[in-house]
Amino acid sequence: MPSRHYDEIAVGAELPPFTAPPLSRLTLALYAGASGDHNPIHVDIDFAKQAGMPDVFAHGMLSMAYLGRLLTNWVPQEAIRSFAVRFASITHVGDAITCRGTVVGKDDATRTLRIAVNTRNQAGEIKLSGEALVALDT
Amino acid sequence: MIDPKHIGALVSRHTVEVEAGRLRFFAKVTGQTDPRYVNVAAALRRGDPALPVPPTFLYCLDMDAPNPRALIELLDIDIGRVLHGEQSFTYHRIAYAGERLQFETRIADIYAKKNGALEFVVCDTHVSNVAAEPVADLRSTIAVRNT
Repeated sequence: MPSRHYDEIAVGAELPPFTAPPLSRLTLALYAGASGDHNPIHVDIDFAKQAGMPDVFAHGMLSMAYLGRLLTNWVPQEAIRSFAVRFASITHVGDAITCRGTVVGKDDATRTLRIAVNTRNQAGEIKLSGEALVALDT
Repeated sequence: MIDPKHIGALVSRHTVEVEAGRLRFFAKVTGQTDPRYVNVAAALRRGDPALPVPPTFLYCLDMDAPNPRALIELLDIDIGRVLHGEQSFTYHRIAYAGERLQFETRIADIYAKKNGALEFVVCDTHVSNVAAEPVADLRSTIAVRNT
């Protein structure tokens, strides 16, 4: 990972985006196991239908993990001071999630960057939106 | 309606050891290929004492509480009607595989919107090591669909 220098980063700078493979039911099952989130609504279609949903749907935290990757691809994890998202709408099976981040603010006193992050599906609909604070000592 | 008397209630308190194998599984599922998160030798080379816990995995360790449904049982919520509304993390330091971490979760707020069609429960989780030194603070908002 290249080192980032606070003074060289301008508001408006974009983090390198990426798109994850379309979400499969297998991925949701594996994420349930790896994360420990065993809520059946994400893996059991019978349960999901009984709860009034047309199908199982992705864990919001899976997409937040993708956004975590977006951040740690760009700065070392120790630079991340805080990370918050709102789950704006449901991420469905088959969605190909694109993660983007943009520097939207700088605080020279604390040498901290404010990074707006979001995920969108293939139709461009926002699924998660949030913000991370990243402190750069260099 | 969820009774707001539960604001301030303790939901769960547990201690969990961070397992390297689980971190590798999580990395694989979330598409993380950075060697720092999957290869102990690579982590050690860059100065980590072990594999680091990635930014959102603390939420998963909180789910390792002896009863992961403690909240919905306490509030008598139907899990099929629960959506994750918001999630935030404030980090004090990185945690690593092999550490024992303590999680304590309390209800911070309960409120309704749209005349009760949606109810919200906000939980705060404090994460510390066994010496009670802070590691992170999590805030989780769940939404309950009543329609």
